[in-house]
Amino acid sequence: MSITVKNLRVSFDTPHGAVEAVRGVSFTIGREKVGIVGESGSGKSLTARSILQLLPSRARMTADELSFDGIDILATRERAMRRIRGKRAGLILQDPKHSLNPVMTAGAQIAESWRAHRGGSRRAAMEAAENLLEQVQIREPGRVARAYPHELSGGMGQRVMIAMMLAPDPEFLIADEPTSALDATVQAEIMRLIDQIASERGMGLLLISHDLPLVSHFCDRVLVMYAGRVVEELRAGELGQARHGYTRGLLSCLPSLTHPTARLNVMQREASWLA
Amino acid sequence: MAGVMVDVQDLRVHFGSVEAVRGVSFEVARGSAFGLVGESGSGKSSVLRALAGLNSDWSGTMRVDGADLTPRRERAFFRRLQMVFQDPYASLHPRQTIDRILSEPLIVHGFDEIDRRIARALDEVSLPAGMRFRYPHQLSGGQRQRVAIARALISEPEVLLLDEPTSALDVSVQAEVLNLLADLREARGLTYLMVGHNLAVVTHLCQSLAVMVNGEIVETVSSDDLRAGRVQSPHTAALRDLSLDLAEAHGEPAGAEPTFGAGPGEIARRAL
Repeated sequence: MSITVKNLRVSFDTPHGAVEAVRGVSFTIGREKVGIVGESGSGKSLTARSILQLLPSRARMTADELSFDGIDILATRERAMRRIRGKRAGLILQDPKHSLNPVMTAGAQIAESWRAHRGGSRRAAMEAAENLLEQVQIREPGRVARAYPHELSGGMGQRVMIAMMLAPDPEFLIADEPTSALDATVQAEIMRLIDQIASERGMGLLLISHDLPLVSHFCDRVLVMYAGRVVEELRAGELGQARHGYTRGLLSCLPSLTHPTARLNVMQREASWLA
Repeated sequence: MAGVMVDVQDLRVHFGSVEAVRGVSFEVARGSAFGLVGESGSGKSSVLRALAGLNSDWSGTMRVDGADLTPRRERAFFRRLQMVFQDPYASLHPRQTIDRILSEPLIVHGFDEIDRRIARALDEVSLPAGMRFRYPHQLSGGQRQRVAIARALISEPEVLLLDEPTSALDVSVQAEVLNLLADLREARGLTYLMVGHNLAVVTHLCQSLAVMVNGEIVETVSSDDLRAGRVQSPHTAALRDLSLDLAEAHGEPAGAEPTFGAGPGEIARRAL
């Protein structure tokens, strides 16, 4: 199982002409944990969504190659795409408040995902849902399965999202800012859970985030994106050796608990980074 | 100048039958910055909102500059105490220009020279004058948060309540906004009360902070003591450890040797 992306470009038509948001991104991911880090507007989410053909309808995508386990995504129609999307490659979104259905119980949503990909009776799907909730370390799976999203905390909601995504037993997992709507302690718990599940099931993981230290914790390597391009690729343990000005800027503008400074470094953006 | 600017004693906030804040007491000295940290649901934002007058269902004593606060506030109170919210996408009126957004507090509080004050406010938060007649959706997140800060400062308040002012921003923008807040506090002698969950951010701006768990303050500690690990409560220690472990990952940013030698997976297990 591997994902290959070659010269991916995503553009949007605007009244002032086409704007290219992703400008020639290439990478290959196997059964490993890879992070894409960048600021808002860097094209990191569009890159990840291209793999699942989940771009906004206004977006135009081109690539020399875009394949999932040998399947050419560029040539795949919507029907065939559904056998990959969700089933073989799961997606976890940022904010459980917005991405869970507010009028369905957590259990029903997980069961729906289970039945859509695996079939079976409603009863079996509900049992599977409770089992999945247990796997994402929810202590009272029965109670949570019957709860509506507004009755759950942010961390709980994100666990439900993960359980839903695990239902079809995917081989690959895309997590798009899975913890940025959560506070620091819950953030760590959810990341640890995703990390553990990916390791146990031998899944590939693509983690999209703006948080470089967090990503480097959980990934084997990190792609740094700036203005639609991958400007640097680093092994997670080698952040200190980052060469690109943008990566170094990202690291140096973080406040530190142990090394307080009166003023934080501010990123000085250079025109050459856009080239 | 010295003295207590914000004094909160035994504050309790109810939401129906749930007591979200259960007897919280702290003092903020004039001209200093004080942080409230804790997990979501710990009641830290409820303290801020009760203080700001956004929630009138509270009991206890709250004083600003020695004057007791009542559930209903005078207009003058809102001039002296302003709030900056977490999400600059939600806290600015989408159908109003920046000019209109900034002029409203001036009109409400009967200020003169509105035109000059708006120009100066934009200048103070380093926004170009050309932004003045734009709408919020035409601005980036960092620019919007600058507008929100300008709006809070335009009525010349003495106290600023900051509710996670940078957690919706990119780290590079966060640095700019934190520097701006630090500069403004110094220039105007402002008193800050800041809510946050990122210890590195809160200790950067605040000299001392209180850790909240389940609606109660479990520890009040100076930022220096927290950095040095001189903490009493296990909750504070746990927050500190988490923050240190995350900070460890970026090592020495100036390109020096990274501070760890283990593989990434092992760090994750060790840290979390």
